[in-house]
Amino acid sequence: MELDKARDGSRLGLSQALTLVENGLPFSTEEEGRVIGITGAPGVGKSCLVDKLAQAYARNGEKVAILAIDPSSPISGGALLGDRLRMESADLEDLVYMRSVATRGETGAVPSVVADMVAVLKECGWKRVIIETVGSGQAEFRIAAVADTIVLVEAPGMGDAIQSEKAGIIELVDIIVVNKSDLAGADATAANIISALSAGSKNIPVKQVSSHTGDGITYLVQAIDEVADSGISRTKWQERLASQWMRKMSHHTNLDSILDELESSQISIQEAILLLEA
Amino acid sequence: MWLLCGDIMATPLRIVIAKPGLDGHDRGAKIVARALRDAGHEVIYTGLRRTPEQIVRTVIDEDAQFLGLSSLSGAHAHLFPRVCKLLQEADVGHIIVFGGGIIPAADRPELFEAGIKAIFGPGTSSTQINDFITTAAARNDAGCGAESDWHWGD
Repeated sequence: MELDKARDGSRLGLSQALTLVENGLPFSTEEEGRVIGITGAPGVGKSCLVDKLAQAYARNGEKVAILAIDPSSPISGGALLGDRLRMESADLEDLVYMRSVATRGETGAVPSVVADMVAVLKECGWKRVIIETVGSGQAEFRIAAVADTIVLVEAPGMGDAIQSEKAGIIELVDIIVVNKSDLAGADATAANIISALSAGSKNIPVKQVSSHTGDGITYLVQAIDEVADSGISRTKWQERLASQWMRKMSHHTNLDSILDELESSQISIQEAILLLEA
Repeated sequence: MWLLCGDIMATPLRIVIAKPGLDGHDRGAKIVARALRDAGHEVIYTGLRRTPEQIVRTVIDEDAQFLGLSSLSGAHAHLFPRVCKLLQEADVGHIIVFGGGIIPAADRPELFEAGIKAIFGPGTSSTQINDFITTAAARNDAGCGAESDWHWGD
């Protein structure tokens, strides 16, 4: 019922449908859309960049939905979702829908329900979706399970973050943004990244952008569309498959009893896998 | 970890903490936001200087069950009832609204009348706020649009 209201364009209906899916109701859609994943270390300006991107799409008359992910506390289960602080546009435009999502006990930077939440948005006419990841942790690459285009955000003065990220996310990244281009050192940071990338085989565009002044946003919007037109890579398909596999496991009806048996050494890991596949 | 998942995913309440109007004193709002997070809720903090219209949109987009308004500038008498009225007009009178900040006792009856269900001043413990949240969540007449004169405390 919520979904019917949401399909008719009700924001409240959409929000309620998203809640149902977030709480575990599976959803998928045949509707197409373009999903952009924004990732990068804390403090590089992801939220501000998402805000500027959303404004740019809205100015072109395009509807855009934002899912901003923040971590849940592993102790209390609660979460402080503060991305709205830096997203003024979300409060201004009818063309912008913004929703904060807590990771709720999942270790990844992108909880597996996000894929289904994106499906709800597409189904309800929000074809352009921006996902902002948590920004830390080893599982940033989970964004590949949902995003068609992955933008890695870097900033001057943050150290050579790319070195540590090379092995994980870099194989999946489509565009690298050097944010805060209005600050000193942005040119050097961009040059460092370009030289580090030149060792690899993949040709990743590096764009300088300032979320503060708005410089470079138009070029970034263009670059995102160009990348999206070129299709989804094999490595991304692999991530999608892995993510769905993981989800299948965590939603398995016998997961609890299988874990019990593992704990009491009644079965081996191999036997547990067979049970999960059954 | 996966075992925990089920418990956590049960139903964390979603609570928006908002600062309407022009005052920039956000320490109280941030402390309340943190206390609610530590009690296991998902708290969405809006940041400073939001209009009643922006706050209502945020509450709807986030599908929140609770809205906490903080004001220390004396504008509560105008802003709090305005937010309640807009929520009712937007068909989300089920949302439970509470307020905090510097709210003189003489102003409170009017705010309760407008649909605010609790007002917390300086010195409030986080236990009191959490007790209110638990109590209000269990009632079916605590929404800002409910035909009921129930409110927290006296």
